[in-house]
Amino acid sequence: MNKKIGVYICHCGTNIAATVDCEALVRFSSTMPGVKIARDYRYLCSDPGQDLIKKDIREHSLDRVVIAACSPRMHETTFRNLLLAEGINPYLLNIANIREQCSWVHHDREKATEKAQNILRAAVARVLGQEALTTRRFGVQPSAMVVGAGIAGIQAALNIASGGMKVILVDQAPFIGGHMAQLDKTFPTLDCSSCIFTPKTVEVARNKQIELFVSSEVKEVTGFVGNFKVRIQKNPTYVNFARCTGCGDCLEACVLKKGVPSEFEEGMARRRAIYIPFPQAVPLKAIVDKESCLLLSKGKCKKTCVEACKAGAIDFDQKEEVIEKEVGSIIIATGYDPFDPRLLPQYGYGVYDNIITSLQFERLSSPSGPNLGEILLKDGTVPKAIAFLHCIGSRDENTNLHCSRICCMASMKQAHLAKEKTGAEIYEFYIDINAFGKGYQEFYKRVREEGIFFIRGKGSEIFKRDGRLIVAAEDTLLGTPVEIPVDLAVLGTGLTARRDAEKVAQTFGISRSADGFFMEAHPKLRPVATQVDGIFLAGCCQGPKDIPDTVAQASAAAAEVMSLLARGEIEVEPTIASIDPELCAGCKLCIEICPHSAIEFLEMKGISAVNEALCKGCGACTAICPNKAARQNHFTQTQVLAEVEGLVT
Amino acid sequence: MKIDPKTFIKDFQLNFCIQCGTCTGGCPVKYRSPLNMRRLVRETHLTDNFSSISKRAELWACTTCSTCSLRCPSGVKNVELIMGIRNFLANKGEVPSTIRDALENTLLQGNPWGRFRDRRADWAKDLGVKIFGEETSETLLYVGCAPSYDPRVQSVSNALVSILQKAEVDFGILGKKESCCGNEIRRMGEQALFKKLAKDNTALFKKSGVKKIITISPHCYNAFKNEYPDLNIPVQHYTQVLADLIESGKLNLSKGLEISATFHDPCFLGKQNKVFDEPRKILASIPGCDFIEMDRSRERSLCCEGGGGRMWAEGGTEGKRNGEIRIREAVAIGAKTLATACPFCLLTFEDAIKISGLADQIVVKDIAELIAESI
Repeated sequence: MNKKIGVYICHCGTNIAATVDCEALVRFSSTMPGVKIARDYRYLCSDPGQDLIKKDIREHSLDRVVIAACSPRMHETTFRNLLLAEGINPYLLNIANIREQCSWVHHDREKATEKAQNILRAAVARVLGQEALTTRRFGVQPSAMVVGAGIAGIQAALNIASGGMKVILVDQAPFIGGHMAQLDKTFPTLDCSSCIFTPKTVEVARNKQIELFVSSEVKEVTGFVGNFKVRIQKNPTYVNFARCTGCGDCLEACVLKKGVPSEFEEGMARRRAIYIPFPQAVPLKAIVDKESCLLLSKGKCKKTCVEACKAGAIDFDQKEEVIEKEVGSIIIATGYDPFDPRLLPQYGYGVYDNIITSLQFERLSSPSGPNLGEILLKDGTVPKAIAFLHCIGSRDENTNLHCSRICCMASMKQAHLAKEKTGAEIYEFYIDINAFGKGYQEFYKRVREEGIFFIRGKGSEIFKRDGRLIVAAEDTLLGTPVEIPVDLAVLGTGLTARRDAEKVAQTFGISRSADGFFMEAHPKLRPVATQVDGIFLAGCCQGPKDIPDTVAQASAAAAEVMSLLARGEIEVEPTIASIDPELCAGCKLCIEICPHSAIEFLEMKGISAVNEALCKGCGACTAICPNKAARQNHFTQTQVLAEVEGLVT
Repeated sequence: MKIDPKTFIKDFQLNFCIQCGTCTGGCPVKYRSPLNMRRLVRETHLTDNFSSISKRAELWACTTCSTCSLRCPSGVKNVELIMGIRNFLANKGEVPSTIRDALENTLLQGNPWGRFRDRRADWAKDLGVKIFGEETSETLLYVGCAPSYDPRVQSVSNALVSILQKAEVDFGILGKKESCCGNEIRRMGEQALFKKLAKDNTALFKKSGVKKIITISPHCYNAFKNEYPDLNIPVQHYTQVLADLIESGKLNLSKGLEISATFHDPCFLGKQNKVFDEPRKILASIPGCDFIEMDRSRERSLCCEGGGGRMWAEGGTEGKRNGEIRIREAVAIGAKTLATACPFCLLTFEDAIKISGLADQIVVKDIAELIAESI
């Protein structure tokens, strides 16, 4: 045991030196076993500071280094690189944190110095037992999967594809476009949504780099960053897409004349059992809904659709298909579900006609919608007064506490459209106007100029009197209760996490924040990453967003993916676990506790083994192993005990 | 028990208020009194002079129906604030004289009307009802004050006894020993008296071997279910019991009634305790009963103004009573019977029918009375 350790004490200006006697630490260090040289310096992280260490390494043939300075989170990488450059394995470095854990939290110089000595002693004891470790490298599959083909998924997929990489784009729905495809005009510029969006959906269909899976869901994800294996289940549409021309003859032929509420039209129109979701759908193919199809649900039908289809595309024998793919990175862009206003019965949704959600209004106002863009009541007449109620299912402890961010602007845009199309009196019931984006406040002003009445008070309830809908609220600025008769009430329904968000989170191993949306790795600095390396988030699945923010986040996620894929290979920390086959008794406790499913049981040998690629080095297995067979690099029992011993000596 | 106005902000989460006005907009007395719940929250939050706020007569207009606090998006405890202010006044002896009498009566005679304690069970004299202490049973029919003394509501008590007897339910009443549940007492601000009633009643129930409680009034049901701290005895409102008896076939409704009826959801049964379906199930099972739903039903039911001590308050409100509005709503949909399941609703509607001159067009009945007619 002939180790040569260099110990360096940083003053950090006065951050450390004001409270800790650095010279005393130098004298103290020189007495410890294995220490060849000890020095102090004003700023070790500076170039002259680092040069000082480098010079010592060369002159004194140092083989281990202890830096007593700030938290390892700050400069561990700096000094590891220094060691690497000098030909020493970077895992033979140890940082003694005498700033955050000592000088910053103490006043008494004498006692602080004593504590710093203890920390230093522990660090030196530990570094003696540290082992050289080698960073692992893995190749990266040069392709990505994007889950969800709304505006977020489409933007990300197009970005990645334009970078020359392969993208697999998966959506549960039979078409791409998500909620944006349902919108009429977009705030604040009043661009027609389909005008700006259709070029993108068409490009997805055309782009050779993008492989599209509609009516499909991701069932399983295994592997790790750079090397994910995914199983995609393609659900039967009972129409052979290769043959279907999207002519629509089958729709007319379907015997289900009364139809069922159309999902795309938010129940504002009906569709047959075989249907094309909407005229601009990509892909423009017919699909069969097995719930409403008489043949598939009841087993009996004249199959008039099959007769009508000249292309012979309808295939009731179609089965679900499972496709396996390997991708280097994944973007989750599964979007949102609108809040269900039936959960707040005071608003009479589902009880009265002519109370609709904001998405239903979009369909009503859309030129491709059920009324060809005319805003009409259920009985076909033009409304004379319309109320827009903000914050339905948002900013409400009884439903969702979060602000859905888009409803203020969406409501005001809809008020504008309604005014333009009907000339009706329009009331906006609001708590606060959140017009936060570029051009949004200007739009708010414009809508006010158009003569829309803004009532500062949340709608309390809607009931019926003399055949009209009455919106009850308080005009809080006047301090007077109001009951305003209207013909149409539009509920500004909030955005919520998808109903199946938990299932998706489990499939991908990501977590959710308290509001139910998927959680980003850091709310400010890593807003598109998840805590799973190689899996990123885009759009409303991470939290409510308007279209500009969604597109920005999608491009950011695509950039993350591309930078990962472009590297070709990735380095992975060697601080992972291993299981000693000689000691393992095969009790499987480690398999049970491992949060990353990184331990497998070798049936032939009757022992457990760590999959190095999956292990994240959390240490759970080493703690639970009753036989001390599980061992974690860089945190071995010897190293940890030496450190503890150093502290308490 | 005293509530200190200085802790109102914290106790009732006044600082959570975002001043959206949901409370005021949905308040059943918003056009009947100057009470503005949103403004009250704000003023109580900011005031240096609490006494000036607490002197306002409209504080006694609140029916404690709880529409405001149930809908509040911020978790402000509006109704608790009203009760807190009333408690402050009760402790200073500054409550209106009719309220003061109701509180004193309850202390002395165990009921807010001040009727004799000893005559509480007179209504049941000839009904052959078991009395806890004299005979044993596990199920208590907790009668309550109005159903014990008020001649109109006694009819409900009688009806319910005959139904339970017909269904061969083993039950008893507490007789003279029964005291007020305290639900309205707490709402009139007398927290200490409520606490005493809760303690005494709980001890009496336990000593009597009560294993299950059935109440006639939703107000008693609310107190036992939600506000008695140590009760631990299952409580049901009678509509829940009857719905079960009908569903399990133990109660046969044989006589057709040939009525068109609607149902008014009492606040303490419906919106506060979410018992919406059972009364409707019962009405639907009466042969010949054509059930029509009013527009404002279930969570959107309009308070009759009988709660929160309003039975004993005088004035403080103006304009058309909600009871009258409600009667007119029922008449407008073609109902000939307005059914309810709460003594206070029953009484306020009886008054409203007289005032509105609609007695030849509609009658108000408790569900128990309708069932008793149908067996």
